[in-house]
Amino acid sequence: MFVDATASPQYRLFERTNVSADNMSFAPLVSEPRSQVDDPSSLVMRFGQDEPLMMDAGIALAPWQIAYQTYGTLNETKSNAVLICHALTGDQHVANDNPVTGKPGWWLTMVGPGRPVDTNRFFVICANVIGGCMGTTGPASINPATGQPYALDFPVVTVPDMVRAQAALIDRLGIEKLFCVVGGSMGGMQVLQWAVSYPDRVFSALPIATAARHSAQNIAFHEVGRQAVMADPEWRGGRYLNEGTRPSKGLAVARMGAHITYLSEVALHRKFGRNFQDRAAPTFSFDADFQIESYLRYQGIAFVERFDANSYLYVTRAMDYFDIAAEHGGSLAKAFKGTPTRFCVISFTSDWLFPTSDSRAIVHALNAAAASVAFVEVESDKGHDAFLLEEPEMFAAARGFIDAAARVRGIA
Amino acid sequence: MSLPGTLPLTDTASGHRLDFLMVTDMVEPGSRVLDVGCGDGALLSLLRDRKGVDGRGIEISREGVAACLAKGLPVIQGDADTDLADYPDDAFDYVILSQTIQATRQPKVVLEHLLRIGRRAIVSFPNFGHWRVRIDLGVRGRMPMTENLPYSWYDTPNIHFCTIRDFVELCRDVGAQMEKAVALNAGGQPMRVTLPWWVWNLLGEQAVFLLKRR
Repeated sequence: MFVDATASPQYRLFERTNVSADNMSFAPLVSEPRSQVDDPSSLVMRFGQDEPLMMDAGIALAPWQIAYQTYGTLNETKSNAVLICHALTGDQHVANDNPVTGKPGWWLTMVGPGRPVDTNRFFVICANVIGGCMGTTGPASINPATGQPYALDFPVVTVPDMVRAQAALIDRLGIEKLFCVVGGSMGGMQVLQWAVSYPDRVFSALPIATAARHSAQNIAFHEVGRQAVMADPEWRGGRYLNEGTRPSKGLAVARMGAHITYLSEVALHRKFGRNFQDRAAPTFSFDADFQIESYLRYQGIAFVERFDANSYLYVTRAMDYFDIAAEHGGSLAKAFKGTPTRFCVISFTSDWLFPTSDSRAIVHALNAAAASVAFVEVESDKGHDAFLLEEPEMFAAARGFIDAAARVRGIA
Repeated sequence: MSLPGTLPLTDTASGHRLDFLMVTDMVEPGSRVLDVGCGDGALLSLLRDRKGVDGRGIEISREGVAACLAKGLPVIQGDADTDLADYPDDAFDYVILSQTIQATRQPKVVLEHLLRIGRRAIVSFPNFGHWRVRIDLGVRGRMPMTENLPYSWYDTPNIHFCTIRDFVELCRDVGAQMEKAVALNAGGQPMRVTLPWWVWNLLGEQAVFLLKRR
């Protein structure tokens, strides 16, 4: 997950860590990123040879598994289930300590007792996406046909594939209709896809800081990240797990680039300005003289400790391919035609990765489809990351929307 | 838009605003309604509770949208001047513009959109032809500031005031058929329909029109 620069414990950690080498150095791993892949420390639903996941790439994936966490209790009528969809590099540990990093859950501000997604009232489910590296089948998983990690033999994943996998999990849990599907960024894409793929199974939908299609600019950023990974000689054509290497530098650079896009210019300037890192004057070298350089290097290093490089290629690709309208004759409104779902769309003023115009396009289409839709643009200078941070306006909107929907759904 | 320029009169029995009750009377039960400039959603709630309408709203202020969300009303943060163009034709049975037209940049364009998006439009507005306004301007030579119009000329959100006669003229220009018109006096009571226009224009503090595309 992306983290707020100064508010996060990671940043404080980084201040103690000396990342001043002329190049980024990678310490021996605290925990192996593959450690969660086959037997994650969360719940896992396994699907056998006879229950393949039909993927958009034309592959029937079997066997496969999906790792998930739940919070709260499913009520008798099974009407209070909320599905949280995670963003690009998130995972199922939305409201508990992360087993790899040891850090708190990634959306404790939104999910938990008394939070907008109140675990005292709702049965909350969050699953790792297909193609991920936290226990759901992905490129780091063992390919049963070879006994080796899939690597690039894993089929390319799409957002509809992610949603199909979640739907299979929801089926297994015996839940016919989700009360609400909630997510930001790539999670928001899954929310929209849920509403399009399974309109009768989604009572309400809360897509945040997202878009109905990935923009050319965003595809471009992703491509730079992927090229950074693939340019690392340690990547070995994707077979690094077999060969005992790791494309740490490439993945770290990808993360550094991506991290800039999650913040705003204003937030960067406020937090770092042109301040020097642990020095009074420039060193006339390519050391991390500036705080922002040090910060980005730290973000890159911290990321490779917890994330699989090939997974990064796959999930970024899934976002790139995302374009709901393209699947419906170019008309987004057609995709939502007749939808019974209640929507609440939220965007942030300083988010330039998924700008408000992207959210408005969703809202216009929902209006044209005569759907029930609310929309709020939250004033924030924190950029795309705002959806993960302390944003009272967002919480108020989410709470109002969810509580009102719960009243209509008859959830106590 | 939250009530530019008006201190609303309320019905003492129900606590609802009299102009809202007037609008509610004009709406058929169970219809689809868009309230443009819906404020905190008071009118939409009233319509939902009394007429069982499927109501939607547009509201420019974040506070207003938040209040609507808490009431379970599907309201979009947006601007009547720019966002109505995105709605398809005939999307609603009624589009309501309550005490908002005088605050829009292009009242005529907005009204045309109302008649395009809705099969019917309901427009209410403060009457700038009211005698007290005329006295301010005609006798005192000052821009009017009354209990109902408490802003100074330089900080008012109300940039396009009109009189009842002006509005009737605009309806003709855009080809709107007036199905119903009500003027409310200073006490918020509807004035007798048999009175001539000029009396309404002089004594009516606000007016509510039910319009239909010709």
